[in-house]
Amino acid sequence: MTITQERAPGAAGAPFAGEVLPDHDEGPSGLLKWISSTDHKVIGKNYLYTSIILFFISGIMAMLIRAQLSQPNSSLISFQQFNELFTMHGSLMLYLYAGPFAFGGLANYVIPLQVGAPDMAFPRLNALSYWLYLSGSIIMVSGFLTAGGAASFGWVGYAPLSSVTNSPGTGPDLWIIAIALTGFSAIFTAVNLITTIFYLRAPGMTMFRLPIFTWNMLVTAILILIAFPVLTAAMVMLFADRHFGTHIYSVAGGGVPLLWQHLFWFFGHPEVYILALPYFGIVTDILPTFSRKPVFGYKGMVFATMAIAGLSTGVWAHHMFTTGAVLLPFFSLLSFLIAVPTGIKFFNWIGTMWRGQLTFKVPMLFAIGFLFAFLMGGLSGVLLASPPIDFATHDTYFVVAHFHQVLFGTAVFAAFAGFYYWYPKMTGRMLREGLGKAHFWVMFIGFWLTYVPQYVLGLRGMPRRIAVYPSGLGWTFMNQLSTIGASIIALSFLFMLYNLWVSWAHPIPAGDNPWDAGTLEWWASSPPLHHNFVNLPRIRSERPVWDANHPEHDKAHRPSAIARMAAMSANGQTGGNGHAGGNGQAGDGTTGSPGSAGAH
Amino acid sequence: MILPPGDRRFRGTLARVGRAVASREASGRMKGHKTRNAVVLALGAVGLSACQLPNFGGYRGSTAQGYDTHELYAGAVIAAIVVGVLVFALITWSVFRYRARPAKGGDASIRMPRQFHDNPVLEIVYTVVPVIIVGVLFFFTVLTENNVDAVSTHPYASIKVTAFQWGWQFNYQGEGVQIIGNDVTQQYPQMVVPTGKTVRITLVSNDVVHGFYVPAFNFSRYAQPGIVNLFDLTVTHSGVYRGQCTQFCGLYHSEMVFTVKAVPAAQYQSWLRAEQANQADHPSQAPPPLQPSSKYHIQYGY
Repeated sequence: MTITQERAPGAAGAPFAGEVLPDHDEGPSGLLKWISSTDHKVIGKNYLYTSIILFFISGIMAMLIRAQLSQPNSSLISFQQFNELFTMHGSLMLYLYAGPFAFGGLANYVIPLQVGAPDMAFPRLNALSYWLYLSGSIIMVSGFLTAGGAASFGWVGYAPLSSVTNSPGTGPDLWIIAIALTGFSAIFTAVNLITTIFYLRAPGMTMFRLPIFTWNMLVTAILILIAFPVLTAAMVMLFADRHFGTHIYSVAGGGVPLLWQHLFWFFGHPEVYILALPYFGIVTDILPTFSRKPVFGYKGMVFATMAIAGLSTGVWAHHMFTTGAVLLPFFSLLSFLIAVPTGIKFFNWIGTMWRGQLTFKVPMLFAIGFLFAFLMGGLSGVLLASPPIDFATHDTYFVVAHFHQVLFGTAVFAAFAGFYYWYPKMTGRMLREGLGKAHFWVMFIGFWLTYVPQYVLGLRGMPRRIAVYPSGLGWTFMNQLSTIGASIIALSFLFMLYNLWVSWAHPIPAGDNPWDAGTLEWWASSPPLHHNFVNLPRIRSERPVWDANHPEHDKAHRPSAIARMAAMSANGQTGGNGHAGGNGQAGDGTTGSPGSAGAH
Repeated sequence: MILPPGDRRFRGTLARVGRAVASREASGRMKGHKTRNAVVLALGAVGLSACQLPNFGGYRGSTAQGYDTHELYAGAVIAAIVVGVLVFALITWSVFRYRARPAKGGDASIRMPRQFHDNPVLEIVYTVVPVIIVGVLFFFTVLTENNVDAVSTHPYASIKVTAFQWGWQFNYQGEGVQIIGNDVTQQYPQMVVPTGKTVRITLVSNDVVHGFYVPAFNFSRYAQPGIVNLFDLTVTHSGVYRGQCTQFCGLYHSEMVFTVKAVPAAQYQSWLRAEQANQADHPSQAPPPLQPSSKYHIQYGY
C-alpha cells in the first residue's frame, strides 16, 4: 500500500486507461470469498444483504399484523400468532435490521474509505462480528420452527412475562440467545470502528476533517459500548432466571421485576440513538453533496451529536413514566433537552441546503423525505417527554405512530438514501433514477397514510399490541387507512427490487464519483480495490475530493496559506469532472512524506 | 357507552377551569401550590377565555386530573405546530427556492453556489431559542404533573384494583364489595365511582405487568408485581367509560377490558348498599379475593 505515491496524471484510485494497478486481493473468489473474506467491503456487503433480507422478512410480518387489524374482531390469525408476529417484527427490525444495516453494513463499508484506511483495524474480529450476527439472526428466526412458537412477549421482553412460567418453551430461549450473540457482534464492531477511526486515519485527516457520517458512527460506537453490555448482561440474567433457578427478576424469590425495565431501557434508549445517529450521518453526507455546498455548522453538528449521545444515557426512564417508580422531573427534563441538539441538526441541515444548488437525485429525495418524517416523529416525541401527556398516551398507538415515524424516517428513508447513495460505489453500477424516484414517492405517500391515522387511533384510546378490537369504538376506519398505507409501502419496494434487477442485468457504469461528492470514499475506484486506495488527495478540509476537483473554490472555502499554495499549484488545471490529479502533492507537509506511508 | 369527547365543547373555559379548581380544593387533594396553580390556571383561562382550546384528537378528560392533562396537551401541540410549521416551511422553501439552475451563458453545467459553511451567531440563536421553548414546556409539565399525581389524605372512596391474567378485580376497601371479571366470562368488570369526589385507586398486579388505562381520563398507570401504586381520580362527568389493559401481558391481552361507571354520590351510595346486601346474601357468588403472590411489596406513588 503506497498511500502517498505520486499519482499518474488523470488517474485517481481508479485504474487509468490501460494501466494495471496493484490489487492485493489474493484470496479466493466466488462463494468462498463471501464466506472467508476479512475485507471490510465484503463483510460490509454481507451485512447489508443479510440485514435487508431480514428487513423484508420483518416487513412481511408487519403486513400480516396490519391485515389482521384491518377489520374489527378479525380472526385472520390467532392471538398467539399475532403476539409472536409483533414480537418478532420488532425484534428483527430493531436488533437485526436497523442497527446492523448502519454500523455493520454501511459503516463497515464506508468508514475505512472515508478515513483513508486500507481496512478496518481488526479485520478478523470484523468477520467474527458478522458471523455472530448471522448466527444470532438465524437463531432468532428459527424460534418459529419450535413447538411452542417464537417468543411472544414483545421486543422488550418485560419481566416477569418473559419468565419460564409465563413464557415456557424454546422460542423465548432462542430469542435470548440470539440477542446475546448479536449484542457481542455489535460490541466487537463498535471496538473495531472506534479503533479504525482513532488510529487508521490517513495523513492530514484530523478529527475535525472527518466526514460527519464518520463522526456520528464514532459516537454511535461509543454508545454501543455503553449500552450493549448492559443488554447482554440483562439477557444472561434472564436466561439464568429461566433455567438456573435464580430470582433476579421474580418477586416470589425476592427479586425485582422492575430491574428488568431499568436495565432494558438503559440499553433501550441509547439504542434509539444508536439507530438514529448513523442515519443522521448519512443525511449529513448526502445533503451537502446534492446542494453543492459544504455542510453548514460542521462543529455544531459534531457537538450536537455528542450532546444527543450524552443525554441519551440519562433518559431511559421516560419509557417508565407510568411505572410510578421513577423520578419524573429529572427524566422529563433530560428528554426535553434532547430536542435542542436535534433541533440544531435540523437547522444545520436547512442551512446546508440554504442558497445551494439542489439537484434531486434519488438519494437526495430520500434524505429530504427523512427530514419531513423525522420532523413529525420528533415533535410528537417532545410531547411524549412530558409525563402527564405520556400517561394519556402511553402504550397506545400514539406511541406506535411516534416511534415508527422516527424509525421509519431514519432506518428506512435515511437508510435507503444511503443505499442509493453508495450503491454506485459498492457495485460500480448506477441504479435507474426513474425507478428510484417511483420508489421514493410511492413510499412517501404510504408512509403518511400508514402512520398519521395511528396517531389518531392512539388519541382515541387504542392500546398497542392488541390482536383484536371490537367495532363501534371508531377505530375501524383509521385502521383500514393504516393498512392501505402499509400495503403502499410494501408495494414501493417492488420498484427497488426491480431497480436492482435492471442494474444487475443492464449495468450502467457509475464512474468513481457520480455525484460529484466531496468525501474520501469517492476518490477510490468503484468498486474500490482490495485495499481501497492507490493514492490519496491532499486532505485539508472535510471534503478533500471536492477540494481536488474544484480547486477554484478551494480558496473561498479555506483561505489559508496552504489553500493559496494549492490554488497556485492547481493553476492551469480544469476543475471539471475526473480527478485533477497531482496538484500540490509534493512538498505538502500535511500529507506526509513517503516515509509515513509505511505505517499503513 | 363511550362519552363523546366534545360534549363540553361549547361551555365556557373559564367556568370549567374554576370548577376544576374548586372541585380539587373541595376534595382536599391539593397539598401545596394551591395558590400558584390557581393563579396559573386563572392566567391561562383569561388568555384563552376567548376561545376553547382545541382537543387535537385527544380526550378532554372526564376527570379533574385528565382535564389538566388535556390543557397541557393542547398547549404543547400548539407549540409543536408552530415549531413544526416553521421548520416545514424552511425545508420546503429551501427545496423549491434553491433547486439547481443552469449556469449563466447557456452552459449546461450547474451554477456553483457560494461555499459558506457556518454562521456562529445564527447557530447560537437556534440553540438558545429551543432551550427556552423546552424550558417553558417543562415548567407547565411540572405544574400539571403535580396536579395529576397529587394524592389526597382523605379520599371519599378507596378502591383496590388488582390486575391479573386476564381480568380485573375491584375491591371497595372497607365496604366489603368486590367486582371481578375476566376474559373467560366475557363479562367485563365494571367499577362504579361517584362523580365530583376523590377516589383513591390502589393498583397492584397478581402476576405480570399490566396497564390500567381509561382513555377518557387521559390517564394510565402500570400494575406491577411487587409494587403498590397509588393515585386519585376525581371524575367530573357521569357516564360509562371504557378502560383496557395497555401493557402487553400475554395471550389474551386484547381481552382485558373493564368499564368505569361514574354516577352521582347518592346513587353511588345506594349502589354500594345494594351490592353489599347482594354479596352478603350470596357469598358463594362473590369471587374469592385474589392475593398478590408475594410479601415483597414496595409502595410507590408520585
